[in-house]
Amino acid sequence: MLAPTALAQQFPTAKVNATGLAVTDTEVTVGILHSVTGTMAISETGSVQAEKLAIEQINAEGGVLGRKIKFIQEDGASDWPTFAEKAKKLLVNDKVASVMGCWTSASRKAVLPVFEQYNGMLYYPTFYEGLEASKNVIYTGQEATQQIIAGLDWVQKEKGAKTFYLLGSDYIWPRTSNKIARKHIENFLKLKVVGEEYFPLGSTQFNSVINKIKLSKPDVIYAIIVGGSNVAFYKQLKAAGIDLNKQTLMTISVTEDEIDGIGGENIVGGYACMKYFQSLDNPNNKAFVAAFKKMWGDKIVIGDVTQAAYLGPWLWKLTVEKAGSFDIDKVAAASPGIEFKGAPEGYVRIHENHHLWSKTRVGRARLDGQYDLIYETAELMEPDPYPKGYQ
Amino acid sequence: MFGDYSLAELGSILVMQGFSGLILFSVFLLMALGLAIIFGQMGVINMAHGEFMILGAYMTYLCSHLFEAYFPSLYSGYFFVAMAVAFIASGALGLLVEWLLIRHLYARPLDTLLATWGLSLIMQQAFRSTFGAREVGVELPQWMMGSLPVAGSIEVQINGLFVMGLTIIITAVVALLLYNSRWGLQVRAVVSNRTMSGAVGIDTRRVDWLTFGLGCGIAGIAGSAFTMIGSTGPTAGQLYIVDTFLVVVFGGAQSLLGTVASAFTISQSQSTLEFFLTGSMAKVLTLLMVIGLLMLRPQGLFVLKVRR
Repeated sequence: MLAPTALAQQFPTAKVNATGLAVTDTEVTVGILHSVTGTMAISETGSVQAEKLAIEQINAEGGVLGRKIKFIQEDGASDWPTFAEKAKKLLVNDKVASVMGCWTSASRKAVLPVFEQYNGMLYYPTFYEGLEASKNVIYTGQEATQQIIAGLDWVQKEKGAKTFYLLGSDYIWPRTSNKIARKHIENFLKLKVVGEEYFPLGSTQFNSVINKIKLSKPDVIYAIIVGGSNVAFYKQLKAAGIDLNKQTLMTISVTEDEIDGIGGENIVGGYACMKYFQSLDNPNNKAFVAAFKKMWGDKIVIGDVTQAAYLGPWLWKLTVEKAGSFDIDKVAAASPGIEFKGAPEGYVRIHENHHLWSKTRVGRARLDGQYDLIYETAELMEPDPYPKGYQ
Repeated sequence: MFGDYSLAELGSILVMQGFSGLILFSVFLLMALGLAIIFGQMGVINMAHGEFMILGAYMTYLCSHLFEAYFPSLYSGYFFVAMAVAFIASGALGLLVEWLLIRHLYARPLDTLLATWGLSLIMQQAFRSTFGAREVGVELPQWMMGSLPVAGSIEVQINGLFVMGLTIIITAVVALLLYNSRWGLQVRAVVSNRTMSGAVGIDTRRVDWLTFGLGCGIAGIAGSAFTMIGSTGPTAGQLYIVDTFLVVVFGGAQSLLGTVASAFTISQSQSTLEFFLTGSMAKVLTLLMVIGLLMLRPQGLFVLKVRR
């Protein structure tokens, strides 16, 4: 057993851990809960890597309240009941002080009752459709309005767009997001949606819709297609002779991670609306990218969600230190107003609704699979998970 | 929706849409051929069919890197080598799997379903451990990308043409093998009456072994070709398996012609419906149509008449 550090002695365990969490004089245990097997492993691997990096860096700086972070990793296996079961195991058996985890909305919805019942703290990294806010969750990704509205405003102003064709995979996130996009296009920008279409998850044939797009000639293709379908869509778009340097396309579902599979040559010239791109030119990000590559290899790419996952452990550390306690209720209460100046995306702050204030950025895909930053909002965008006028 | 367009524009869209249907037809047929051989001729339900395809896709990925690194001057032709490698790799693995696993289960068709499903999980995890959980991008030589202008605003995709050509060749080869070779004769004999074939001296074990290997090899070629239009990842095989079974079952499990006809019917109705409705609705209606027809003809479109 290591001797407790001076800092840990200032914060005796009995005082900082009144609710029986896995906190000792020298260590605090957290959980990592993502899919490393199954369909979602493609997406969730980056988040696991980012969270492990953040934990390692925090430990190198002396840990949290003088205690080293130890993590227990569980595999959600791309199966939502498994997520719930593993969440319960982490909270009830392991008594973890917080959990970094989940990726799809379905997995988050599955674990939410568990976190609320057993009073846990979840740091959730993915951009998602909104319409949720829980005391037991910190949403480090963007809710839908943060990802959509500024991007549409930009495309109207800069590209003079008048008509939009909305596409998506057929499940809750693309449908809710396109609903918000349509309301914004029609009611606020007073422009026109010429088509809206959804495809079953895993769909690999897009030639028909590409013909329809050719027929209706929209100024902007707005695409929220996910997973393996993404690759098929962009390959077929390119094969059909639609040049994204001439046809404006905006997506909120393709990060650098996805381009790895799609191939830069198939999406070059397309625009993505995110809060983070690996190419962001600021000192925080340069240090983050260098550390990430040092830990996980030179070839790795970092997407929007990976960066948001990296924020989780840091925000938790800052919150615990502000609260002076690991207790879930105190951490939840101390969360609003927490600022993290070292974020790779730049300064972020936690809102009262447990989402993050963050900037919206538009990037343009390059041949090498990275994005060039084209535009960023001047101010942090306020998170608004229950947007009025968009429902 | 047609008000603002000239007749010429509408005409060219119609042609391109017809072409999309033909591409879809080729894709369906190509992915179903391997399964049709295995399912139809041997009665084995191979749930790992998609994974054999993805093995072919990964071979293509490896070949593209190999050629880029060692034979950059031959890069434009690497795809043909890749398809051959994919056929050999998937075929060889198929032979091995048949020998290790399938041959013990011929008398228990439902167990092959479970066993091959397990195999598909094992293969997925093997891909994940070898190539990583992320999807990999397979680069194509320049000549295979883009589209050919035919006339006016009509354009056809080069990779679509390629898949169509490939499908025609492979279907022709399979038909030739089945109906004009000694092996084909034996296969058809075994399908008609396994016990009797054995009695007249056909080595049914060997026929099964080769049939399974050939089916898997064709899956490998299909997977290799689909790197042009789809994704290559550990679980990408799952994207194809449902459509594949649909085509085979709808066509009548034991008939090559049935597979062709069923791929054509399903692809054309889906592609037409997709154009007038939305992607999801087209899928729903196509499935309803298939269910309806299967209720009327439970054996599928074409049935092999055999006296048992």
